[in-house]
Amino acid sequence: MAMPEPVLHARGISKFFPGAIALDDVELALYPGEVHALLGENGAGKSTLIKCVTGAYSRDGGTIALSGAEIDPRDPLDSQSLGIGTVYQEVNLLENLTVAENLFLGRQPMRWGMVDHRRMKREARDILRDYGLDIDPGRLLSSYSIAIQQIVAIARAVELSGKVLILDEPTASLDHDEVQLLFSVIERLKGRGLAIVFITHFLDQVFAISDRATILRNGRVVGTRRLADVSQTEIVTLMLGRQLEAATHHRAHSEPGELLLSLKGFGKRGSIEPFDMEIREGEVVGLAGLLGSGRSETANVVFGVVAADQGTAELRGRGLRITNPREAIRNRFALCPEDRKTDGIVGDLSVRENIILSLQARQGWHRPIPRAKAEEIAQHYVKALDIRLASLDMPIRLLSGGNQQKALLARWLATEPELLILDEPTRGIDVGAHAEIIALIEDLREKGMALIVASSEMEELVAYSSRIVVLRDRRQVGELTGHEISTKSIVEAIAAEDAA
Amino acid sequence: MSQSTKLPLYITLATFVLAFVLCAAQYPAMASTRVVANLLTDNAFLGITAVGMTFVILSGGIDLSVGSVIAFTGVFLAVILRDTSIHPLVAFALVLLITTGFGAAMGGIIHYLEMPPFIVTLAGMFLMRGLAYVLSTESVPITHEFYDWLQSLYWKAPGGGRFRLTGALMLLTYVAAMIVLHRTRFGQNVYAIGGSAQTAQLMGVPRARTTIGIYAVSGGLAGLAGIVYTLYTSAGYSLATVGVELDAIAAVVIGGTLLSGGSGFVAGTFFGILIMGLIQTYIVFDGTLSSWWTKIVIGGLLFAFIMLQKGLGWATTARIRLLTASDARS
Repeated sequence: MAMPEPVLHARGISKFFPGAIALDDVELALYPGEVHALLGENGAGKSTLIKCVTGAYSRDGGTIALSGAEIDPRDPLDSQSLGIGTVYQEVNLLENLTVAENLFLGRQPMRWGMVDHRRMKREARDILRDYGLDIDPGRLLSSYSIAIQQIVAIARAVELSGKVLILDEPTASLDHDEVQLLFSVIERLKGRGLAIVFITHFLDQVFAISDRATILRNGRVVGTRRLADVSQTEIVTLMLGRQLEAATHHRAHSEPGELLLSLKGFGKRGSIEPFDMEIREGEVVGLAGLLGSGRSETANVVFGVVAADQGTAELRGRGLRITNPREAIRNRFALCPEDRKTDGIVGDLSVRENIILSLQARQGWHRPIPRAKAEEIAQHYVKALDIRLASLDMPIRLLSGGNQQKALLARWLATEPELLILDEPTRGIDVGAHAEIIALIEDLREKGMALIVASSEMEELVAYSSRIVVLRDRRQVGELTGHEISTKSIVEAIAAEDAA
Repeated sequence: MSQSTKLPLYITLATFVLAFVLCAAQYPAMASTRVVANLLTDNAFLGITAVGMTFVILSGGIDLSVGSVIAFTGVFLAVILRDTSIHPLVAFALVLLITTGFGAAMGGIIHYLEMPPFIVTLAGMFLMRGLAYVLSTESVPITHEFYDWLQSLYWKAPGGGRFRLTGALMLLTYVAAMIVLHRTRFGQNVYAIGGSAQTAQLMGVPRARTTIGIYAVSGGLAGLAGIVYTLYTSAGYSLATVGVELDAIAAVVIGGTLLSGGSGFVAGTFFGILIMGLIQTYIVFDGTLSSWWTKIVIGGLLFAFIMLQKGLGWATTARIRLLTASDARS
């Protein structure tokens, strides 16, 4: 089939960071009316490529042509006015303004030298109807869900640019129905002849909506494929550069050890209903349930992030009271929170400082860990967890998502906890890092650590859990052990309560 | 704007009406046009200053220099009218140029050097106060027939209230500010920067121009307030209007503007000013209370309004959480 002229053609794009080549001779061609997925592991160079194309980074080599004419955008604003709009996972709009004001900021319709609010609202309503949204544009943006905010952001980007739309992880914080809504918008835009770049970690979504995919690995293009011609395995193999282990099975676990923690009638009013839970050494307890079912709440109440107001806890048969995370840490608990950006990493501190943070906190700040010792600990975990970085001294915010997650894990592993609580350990990281983190969980369990893992991915829980606690509406509704453990039985446990 | 953002404004308005009714019930004379006219005249300079402060706080900033700018303006005018034969109108234009330029310069420093507004305007506060001292350490009376003429302009309302030029000037400032904030791109940009400066910039808001403009407005209005103040006191004194910047901030916050920026209305500030003026008037009427009670009541009110903002914030997050939860279920 003869392809038409590409609307955007980036050739030979190179970008160097101190001590690393981020992009090496990368080519990306986008055709009108196609959805083009950009795939790769964390740190493969997807974000860097987008930033070079939109002018957020100045590139060190290569040319960009838009509709045949060479362009050199100074910044994302410039590239937007040239025709390339970008929408990020974090909605880049102003929540304190109305939907209409957000759509028209900087280009409001004027009448007698003044902003014509009535016309602005009317036009905003018309524009949003084209996107299948019938909402009141006179209300504050913050009064609508993230999915709707995302579509407003897309509408703004398309209105302002109109040739190329880059969607960077747009579905990361959306649920299933919202993803469908977004996809219908993408289909509409495709029909209008836009070229759309779709960046995501969800391979199913890539196959559901995309026409072609360009796969990056270590800053190089390893292939561009028509998705109709390839299988998921093929794509994953390209991304990883190696074969992914076949689907994970529930393996026979070694016999769990001594009883570590026992909770009875433990709960917190308004957060999580009272529950009983026992966990032994060398055991992984999975927390399963839908969004908002109380997974994170359970993790938080065990760790003392919110203090329990009822029930008793025993640690190795001795009574225990945990009212705040400091006490939990003193009892050798550790918690990796769900949202690593706000609750986990300290972006401006170096990777080394981030890794030793909890260990230092437990020792007390008056007894600083010597530099050499800190270096040694950080080095050990960087190697053990295969954290990819240029230097231990670089600020952690410069690492990719998966590597940040591993550094966070390293922080808690450095405290040598007896009970490790992981809340969504694989959220927002790519398949490669995903597999590594699962392997790590199994490894820690074999070494006798007790783990509580909350996750929305049932397959993953099935793979590594010794027992699975099923939650619904902030309440434990079932517990699965041994051969009972399967995604089917989890779904049934959730649904059974539905019928009752 | 939606209902929820206007709620603090309505609460301020209700507070004022309630306070006024209570005062009038105790002292019926307080409901006269004379009291109302004096409320406007006495608070004109503070009211104008607070308009500039509203712009600044809406954008997420703060301007501590305005009290000093008023004092400087007063001394500058008094000295120039004493020592030269320049017409007051020319002097007004000159001083407005200086104060607006001064504000713009602070805005430029805040933007280009990425300095916190608190520190930059604190430096501006010392600088302007110092300049006022350099011009004269003593109170300089202003005697000029043009001043006498301006001060003689008033409209006598039935009931004996004299609505003076300065009060009208304040009202005009508020109307102009409302138009600028809600009906111009500059005004929208002020809200945008207050919401999130970084996002606003990504959305194409000219951040440098807007920041400089905001502080220029604040400086210029402080200059105008200084002119009004000389009309009010017929003198320029370098020790005058110490702490007025804090009164202005208080009026803005009582008026329902969020200190973190991005949400609020200049109309709220107007009622904030009236509430503060009303308390003072009440104390005068009472006659036995120390005037320091004004500060105590304002302190209490401020605290109440900050708690209110916090409460509204919680209520909104709770509502959004509910919204998303029901979204997820459906």
